[in-house]
Amino acid sequence: MAYAFSSGYIVLLLAFGIGPMVYAVYLAFTKAGEFVGFDNFANVVDDFRFKPAVIHVASFVAIWVVTLIVFVVLLALVVHSIRVRWLSSTSRFLFYIPGALAGAASVMLWLFMLNPSVSPVSSLLTQLGFENFVEVVAQPNLPVIFTVIAFWTGAGGWIIIMFGALNNIPNEVMEAARIDGAGAVKTALHIQIPLLKKWIAYMGIIALASGTQLFVEPKILSTATRGTVPKDYSLNQLAYVFAFGPQSDFNGSAAISVMLLVVAMGLAAFFVFRGGLFDRH
Amino acid sequence: MTATSSGSATRADSAFAPARWLGRAFVVVLIAFFTVFFVIPLVWILLAPTKSETGLNRLNGESSLSFGSFGQLAENWHTLVTFQDGVIFTWLGNSVLYTGIALLITLVVTIPAGYALGLMKFKLRRTLLALTLMVMLIPNTALVLPIFLEMNAVNLVGTPWAVILPFSFFPFGVYLTYIYFSTAISHDLLDAARVDGAGELTVFRRIAMPLATPVIALVGFFTFVTNWNNYFLPFVMVQGRKSPIQVGLAELISSTPAFNPTNVTTLTISLPQLALATLISVAPVLIVFLFSQRFLVSGLTAGATKG
Repeated sequence: MAYAFSSGYIVLLLAFGIGPMVYAVYLAFTKAGEFVGFDNFANVVDDFRFKPAVIHVASFVAIWVVTLIVFVVLLALVVHSIRVRWLSSTSRFLFYIPGALAGAASVMLWLFMLNPSVSPVSSLLTQLGFENFVEVVAQPNLPVIFTVIAFWTGAGGWIIIMFGALNNIPNEVMEAARIDGAGAVKTALHIQIPLLKKWIAYMGIIALASGTQLFVEPKILSTATRGTVPKDYSLNQLAYVFAFGPQSDFNGSAAISVMLLVVAMGLAAFFVFRGGLFDRH
Repeated sequence: MTATSSGSATRADSAFAPARWLGRAFVVVLIAFFTVFFVIPLVWILLAPTKSETGLNRLNGESSLSFGSFGQLAENWHTLVTFQDGVIFTWLGNSVLYTGIALLITLVVTIPAGYALGLMKFKLRRTLLALTLMVMLIPNTALVLPIFLEMNAVNLVGTPWAVILPFSFFPFGVYLTYIYFSTAISHDLLDAARVDGAGELTVFRRIAMPLATPVIALVGFFTFVTNWNNYFLPFVMVQGRKSPIQVGLAELISSTPAFNPTNVTTLTISLPQLALATLISVAPVLIVFLFSQRFLVSGLTAGATKG
């Protein structure tokens, strides 16, 4: 009976979870149906576009994960310290709404925000020395720009989750700290942040995993700048170009996907098997 | 004892008064800065469609955060909806179709699966749970190209099913339902019902389903929002007039002279019209967000405390 209840889900899990992974691995190790070992991987890694893409993704991920952790924890602590209830819930909600635009729409919106001729903060952009849109989205600025976009859409949800975790700290613990004369900063550093560690690690890992998958931001910027942002800027874009470009090399594309999957699965497995957060048995 | 501790607390308070004041100022500045950061772009996108291209570029001296006019809004709307015979409605219709059918399938498949995982004993339970957690923690973009390659092998690329079926697979929903059922319904109650001779189907229908409304809403909300805003998967699966609105939106850039001056077609999209299209593309999600404000701010919190 339990299998009847879960059968629909099991079919989907096999078809769109396990199946694609297995098939991608099969394609990555074969060429025209024949086993070729690591040839496809070697081809991809030797490709002149591979190393730049790795560097682009790595520099974005580094800036993104650090920024997310520092500001989400800071903002959650500060919002949590606000005693006025409506002020606290309003600010949480305002931080969260941009999440409604996650994906293509937020990148479109930031095309405008980063364009000095229409941006509401154009004076800030000109002060930083940018005269026009193409100057703003010059390659060295991209990791920071993608971080700003991702933070704008994604931080609010995390702030709410951290806020919930802060609420879970027993009142007696906080009370004891106050009686000992610990100020807000000391309480945060010695009590709240250590108790949030699990959630911070969880957020860091999810952010790391999704960061390596960078696609929609550079894809849309590439269209909007007619190639100033290259169409193979990130690894997922490169995998796309392999499959859909003139080479139409599905095996190479699968090889890149498998590498990205290994990273994502490694991070996921670390969490599932290290237990802790999801251990409920 | 009480006197000493409260006495020292007061001393600490007065000794650190300037520090306290500084701390307050820091909180105010920080909250103000981030509120501006999160809100200004939203205010801008609400105002931009009421302007002409000249107004948006501030060539007539307008501030970028001012209201243009309703006349201009109507004009932008008209140009946008007549662009390529109203292709924007085709895209919106596709989005509704893809996310709608996927939502139904997700709920029909997810709720019983979460119930089985949470409240029934079976051999593959742990395996299924571990697989669900794994796949749930993998970003869904990581599976897009592998799913494309698979769909390509079975000749489904280009059909609506290539979008709908992957959209229907939502392991996070199964995880939420599993958590919900295993904490909200007591095993004793179920066992009592089972002893009374009720079949598993009856137990599910009579006991679990009436209690399931909150988790159905939660799963529905997350799957709708995720799928509606998904760009990468439909981008590789369906093209042109079969695209959902998010993919269509990005296609509009190529018809916007401000980004593509070399564009030679006569029918073009101006920047305010592009802003309007962006706003329309997320309107359904934005509305869902506004109406579920209370549930979101507390709902996610409750989700977080489950860990």
